[in-house]
Formats: sequence, structure tokens, C-alpha cells
Amino acid sequence: MSDNQLTEFIERYLDGSMTAEERVQFELLRKNDAAVESKVTEHIKFIGLLKQYGERLELENRLNVIHAEIDVHALKEEVMIHPVWIVRMWRNHHSKISVAASVMIFAVLSILIVTGKLSNDRSKYEELSQKINSLKTEVGHIGAGGHPSIVKPKTVKTPPANFRGTGFALTSNGYLVTDYHVIKNADSVYVQNAAGESFHAKVIYTEPQYDLAILQINDSTFKNLGPVPYNLKKAESDLGENVYTWGYPGDNVVFSAGSLSSAAGYSNDTTEYQVSLPVNPGNSGGPLLDEKGNVIGIITARQTQMAGASFAKKSAYLLKTIQNIPTDSLSKTLNLNNKNMLAGLSRKQQLKKLKNYVFMVKVYNQ
Amino acid sequence: MNKDLKASAPTDSEIVLGILNNSEVVLKRLYTTYFPMILQLIINNNGDEDDAKDIYQEAIIVLYNKIKGGDFELNSKLKTYIYSVCRRLWLKRLSQMNRYGGDIRDFEEHLPVEEEIDNHSERDIQFGKMESALQLLGEPCKTIMEDFYIKNRSMQEICERFGYTNADNAKTQKYKCLQRLKKLFFQQK
Repeated sequence: MSDNQLTEFIERYLDGSMTAEERVQFELLRKNDAAVESKVTEHIKFIGLLKQYGERLELENRLNVIHAEIDVHALKEEVMIHPVWIVRMWRNHHSKISVAASVMIFAVLSILIVTGKLSNDRSKYEELSQKINSLKTEVGHIGAGGHPSIVKPKTVKTPPANFRGTGFALTSNGYLVTDYHVIKNADSVYVQNAAGESFHAKVIYTEPQYDLAILQINDSTFKNLGPVPYNLKKAESDLGENVYTWGYPGDNVVFSAGSLSSAAGYSNDTTEYQVSLPVNPGNSGGPLLDEKGNVIGIITARQTQMAGASFAKKSAYLLKTIQNIPTDSLSKTLNLNNKNMLAGLSRKQQLKKLKNYVFMVKVYNQ
Repeated sequence: MNKDLKASAPTDSEIVLGILNNSEVVLKRLYTTYFPMILQLIINNNGDEDDAKDIYQEAIIVLYNKIKGGDFELNSKLKTYIYSVCRRLWLKRLSQMNRYGGDIRDFEEHLPVEEEIDNHSERDIQFGKMESALQLLGEPCKTIMEDFYIKNRSMQEICERFGYTNADNAKTQKYKCLQRLKKLFFQQK
């Protein structure tokens, strides 16, 4: 039996056009001949697939006809999620926007650098250590002596200082506090009391962030000061408090009084008070006392463009600085006085007591 | 987004019945009802309207065959089913094109439909083979095959169309063509 004949038989068998007799014969053949049987199943499967393929094509055509009736373009507009204009703008123009922004940032930065705004804007802030005009002193010497070659320094111990500030005693055994900016770059430091006696002092600790420095008098001629009459106030003081300071803007001790005007210092520096108090270069490091004689701060600076506005570091930061001193820097004990012996005294009596505890700090460097 | 879709949307059982009864009207309503949803999915996920058409028609065919196959159970909404199938198909397409960013913007809830899509693509491969086998077969065999087996035309008609004087000649020709078609189909990998 040829392939064609077999196929014909299969088809006739499947579409039911065989006679009953043929059918019985064919079924017998299927049963007995595995090759015929597999041909039959293969044919059924293949023709089935062919028919399904045809159906698929027809369905696709039907769907295409339906699809052609839909206005896809209008629909597309409707269902498209339009990003907000700013996102669209960014997507379309982000490179241009980036360039523009970079140029802007560059321009702003250059302007700031050129005008000096970016550098530390402390131009209006004057630290109050006094630079002594050495040239003037020399001229003075020459004028007084007449012959420069024969002028001799009167004492080796007290050459004219390069910088001057104020300091005050923390303890009776010779610990003092002053401003860091007074003693920075110092080669040697001397302190001079109200009686005009100079003692050599050593910087034992500095806290540049608070502009504070702790000195220790280490001079053989130094005698114990006696109990310190004031104490350091731990709490913050109230605005409007009457305050005064005591320092060495010149060769003699000068008193100046005012009141506490702000709880924040220059550029809102909360480590400082603002005080309305006339101070001058040389007052740096001086104690700021309230009416009862508590030390509430240390004079640090004044504002050049505002008359009478000065700044004082709050005493709390001095206490903090004292706590930060490493114990091996302390050759003697540093016990702060807790007893205030000035309270209740009149201003004049307070000053008399203070006199021996406030020092002129003289700084020498190359 | 779907505001005007719901008004005319046919119910799910209407659709299933309509497809079983070969209703052209129902097929059209089904098609037009859910196309906007799929267009929205595709064009907002890196596709264009032609992609949407391809994907949507594929999904409709999957649904159609499932209903026709009689194993369709309405255990989810048709809408969700269609969306899920399209979403799966589109993800597959995107990763084939290396355009898949690992993230798809969804508009509807969806179900896992991997299995059905695998069945569907298996059958698609068979159809692809059949298509190219028919192309290779050439005329007049191709038309004879299509007329007889797909369009169910009688041998009589086919004889007249191709000018065969003898029905036996035509029959012999048909069997030869079928033989070749089978050969071409099974040769392909």
C-alpha cells in the first residue's frame, strides 16, 4: 500500500465515508500494524494543527478588523500619563539646565570670593589685645637719651612688651586666666600686678575655640595671693544686669561699667555675652563681674562699628576649660574659690579687693 | 482613566457565552472594552501603540482559546485576567528587547499567569513552523492545502478552481502536497 493510498484510507476513515466492511478491515489493520497506527495518530494531530492554524489566522483577521475601527491615536492621548510640566521640561532640557546651573554656581562663588564675603567675616570684630608700637617706644628712647649709642635698657627683665592684655587670678597659688588671642605666638609671658611687680608666667593650657588660656605664675619672687575674693558664676546671667570690668588698656588699671545687653555675642555666638561697656585694646582677658562680684565672663572683643558693644566669653566656658586641663599640666592644685567675699560690699570696696587679683599680661615674641 | 469604559462594558459571563457562540458582536465589545487599559499599560511602559496592539491581540487569543477549550473558569475578573496576561507578555517582550528597567508602572491588580502563557507560546511556535512550512510549500500546493483542510472546501470546488479535469488527479496532487507539507513541517527545528 502506498503512502497516498494509506492517507486516503485514513481520511476516508476519519470523515466517515468508508463502508462498514472497509471500516472493520481498517480497524483491524490499525490494531495489527503499529506503523499504520502511528500514521493515523500523526495525521490526526497534524491536520488538527493545520486547522487550528487556520482558525488562528481567521481570528487574527477578525481582531484586526475590529482594531481598525478604534481611534488609537485619540485613545493614546487620553491614556498617556503626561508628566507635570517641570518633569517634561527637565527631560527635554536637562543638559541645558545643568550647564546653566553650573555657570550660576560658579558665578556666585567667584563673586563671593572676589568680594571676600566667603573668607571669615570677622572684619568688624576687633580683638582687644594691644599691640604696642615698638617704633614709637624706640623714638621715645632716642628722644629721651639724646645719644642712642649710650642708651641702655634699665632692666633686662622689663623690655617693652609686644602685646598686652589683662588676666585675673583663679587661685591664690598663681593660676591665671586670660584670652588665648593675647598670648598666642608668645615666646614669653610676664604678668604685672597693680603694684608694678612683674612675674614670669607659663601658658599651661589653651582652648582656642573659646579664646581662653590658663597661665601659671612660675617666678621665685611670687608670693601667695591670699584667698581669691570672687567666684565663677556657673549659671547664665540675665539681661540688663549691671556689670563692670577691670583691666589694663593702658599702663594703669581702668574700671569701666555697663550692662549685659545680649545673651549672644558676635554673629550670634552663644558662647559670648554682648555687653554695653566701653573697652579698649588691652582689656582682653579682663574679668566681667556682676554687682555681687561674681565673675560672669571674660572680656574678649569689641565691635568696631558699634559704639560700646563688647563681647565677653561666658564663665561657663571658662569652667569647662578648667575642667579640660590635663592633670599632668598642673604642678599645683587648682582649686577654685566657691565663696564670694565681694557680695554686699560697695563697688569701691569691691575694686579695692579686686586690685591685687587682676594682672596686666605682657607678651613678648620675635 | 477608565471612566467611560464601565458604562458599556459587557459582563464577564456575557463575553464567555458570546465567544462560545461565535458572536462577532461580543468579540468586538470585548476587544474595544479593554483595549484602552492595555494601551495605557504599554505606552506608559516604554512601548508604542503597535506593541499594544500585538500584546493585546495575543492576550485576546489566549483568552479566546481558553474559553473555546472549555477549561475557562470565572475565578477572577476577565479584566484582571487580560491585564495580567498582557503584563506578563509585555515584561517578556521588554526583557527580550533588553528594554526592561526592572520596574513596571502598574495600573491594575494582576495575577500570576505564567503557565498559560507558556502553553500559548508553545502553540505559537508550532503555528510559526506551520506558517513557514506552507510558505516553503509554494503554489498551488499551499492553496490546495488551505482550501481543503482549513476552509473545508470540497475536492469538487478545488478541481474547478485549479482546472483539474480529473478528480483523481486532483486527489493525487493533494496527497503529494500533504506529504511534502508534513516533511517540511517536521524538518524544522
